[in-house]
Amino acid sequence: MKKTRNSFFYIGGALSLVMTLLILVGYIWTPYSPTQMDAAAINQAPTLSHLLGTDNFGRDIFSRVLEGAGTSFLIAVCVVAIGCICGILIGSLCGYYGGIADAILTRLCDSITAFPSVLLALVVVSIMGPGTYNIILALGLLFIPSFARIVRGEFARCRDLNYIQSAKLMGVGNARILFRHILPNTRSVLLPTITIGFNNAILSEASMSFLGLGIQPPHASLGSMLSDSQTYLGSAPWYAIGVGGTIVLLILGFSLLGEGLQQRARRT
Amino acid sequence: MKNIAKKFLALIITLFIVSLLAFLAFQIIPGDPTTKLLGTEATEEAKLALRIQLGLDKPILLRYWNWLSAFLTGDFGTSYSYHMPVREMLSEKLAITALLTLFSFVLTVALSIPLGILAGSVRNESLDRAVTALDQVVMSIPSFFIGILVCFFFGKLFKFFVPGDFVSYTQDWGACLSYLLFPALSVAIPRIAMTVKMLRGSILKELGQDYVRTAQSRGGNRAFILRRHVLRNALLPVITFLAVSAAEIMTGSIIIEQVFTIPGVGRLLLASISNRDFPVVQAIVVILAAWIVVVNFVADLLYQLVDPRIRLR
Repeated sequence: MKKTRNSFFYIGGALSLVMTLLILVGYIWTPYSPTQMDAAAINQAPTLSHLLGTDNFGRDIFSRVLEGAGTSFLIAVCVVAIGCICGILIGSLCGYYGGIADAILTRLCDSITAFPSVLLALVVVSIMGPGTYNIILALGLLFIPSFARIVRGEFARCRDLNYIQSAKLMGVGNARILFRHILPNTRSVLLPTITIGFNNAILSEASMSFLGLGIQPPHASLGSMLSDSQTYLGSAPWYAIGVGGTIVLLILGFSLLGEGLQQRARRT
Repeated sequence: MKNIAKKFLALIITLFIVSLLAFLAFQIIPGDPTTKLLGTEATEEAKLALRIQLGLDKPILLRYWNWLSAFLTGDFGTSYSYHMPVREMLSEKLAITALLTLFSFVLTVALSIPLGILAGSVRNESLDRAVTALDQVVMSIPSFFIGILVCFFFGKLFKFFVPGDFVSYTQDWGACLSYLLFPALSVAIPRIAMTVKMLRGSILKELGQDYVRTAQSRGGNRAFILRRHVLRNALLPVITFLAVSAAEIMTGSIIIEQVFTIPGVGRLLLASISNRDFPVVQAIVVILAAWIVVVNFVADLLYQLVDPRIRLR
């Protein structure tokens, strides 16, 4: 039993590490230029020189996957950062102080999380228009409640614990108690939430771009590439499989890591 | 009974708030709807007349009230791009998407519960580990990618169906359902994996409880204890999870319509978003949101029905 628990964490960690390293390398170096077209090499099957083959313009799919994964990765990082920072602020204040504002905000967060994030993001994007910044903003806003809920629960639990009571008696300021005394103790709960949030962000961004409402061309994104690849499913199936496989590996890595972190938190 | 009445009141209030938010959200969009309906060459008088006819000169709360009462009687406004009532555009598409969502939901429930029970009662450690690993991998595949794979394998390679060759239920129910099987399965597969994982965890948790040990010490065999005692408790959290799934499956259906070119609400919604045809977008959003709220309400009621302990509280 113990072995299974650890294997989630290690396999997930290793997979996400490899994917992250590949993406980081992709920011500075790709085998070919992601936009370089080659009329002589259209829709080629994977070979050693083109690891994932070439697309309908003769562009190297592996290079484009690296670029697209980089974009998706960056967006997911921004989305999680917005959601996490705002969620911590709202959740900590609500959980620590309580009161009417807490009751209202908690109800609001509960109602928002009842709706699928892709549906809400569709609404936001339909009002603000598609584009990289709008998608970050839309998803970031929608990710706040899930973080706020978790953080609120932890702060409400810690509020009445002895060490916080004694810190209060010693005259420690509220801000210091919130962020210096309680926040570090929420780490074991916050870490898996961040990982799972990251995972959801990748999935949501891929869905939005797949629907044509996320990253706009000429920029590559995993979702929009997958959508393009559908046209050539009969003649060049490796295009769809290469791009889709990358999405699966990214999501799998971080979901295993999140799962492992969660089990670690439960054990201690 | 009193509890149900209270929940029902909460449902009405939630629906009211959702409709208000949806209305306000589409009010902040810049641009004059009369220009969109009449074109840019329309005279000022014609625009003014239309403004009065549409009630756009009234204060915002009154406008909300008028919009809501029209909406409840089935008048969803007029499309900017097609100049026809939104209701006419929606009816058949809504039915197709509802059919797809329902189909997918039925598949999810019908497959995940037996599989979950199976996964929860496995006692061989390496088999258990293999099942968990497989489950985790399947969970990580987005439904639209499964859809593409299904199109490739079952459509292009094995020729079980022709991707894009959708027949509406108005023409042939059998052909429609057999086409919908593939997208419904694509949406259901990741949800099935999630439900299996959840049910397995729930069963394992219940198996560690004291009452199971008591039943064992009284000599009950494992299968009997599972069926008689554990399952009843283990299935409870699954109900709530399935309500969330119902909402996710609906979004999944909207996305999968793009993969299988099914002329449902999803395709209309995306086309309307890119044409900036807001009356259509608004109508779809309100209907989908109301549906999600109602599903959560039903799940809540169901939970109370199954678990008497909650009723007492």
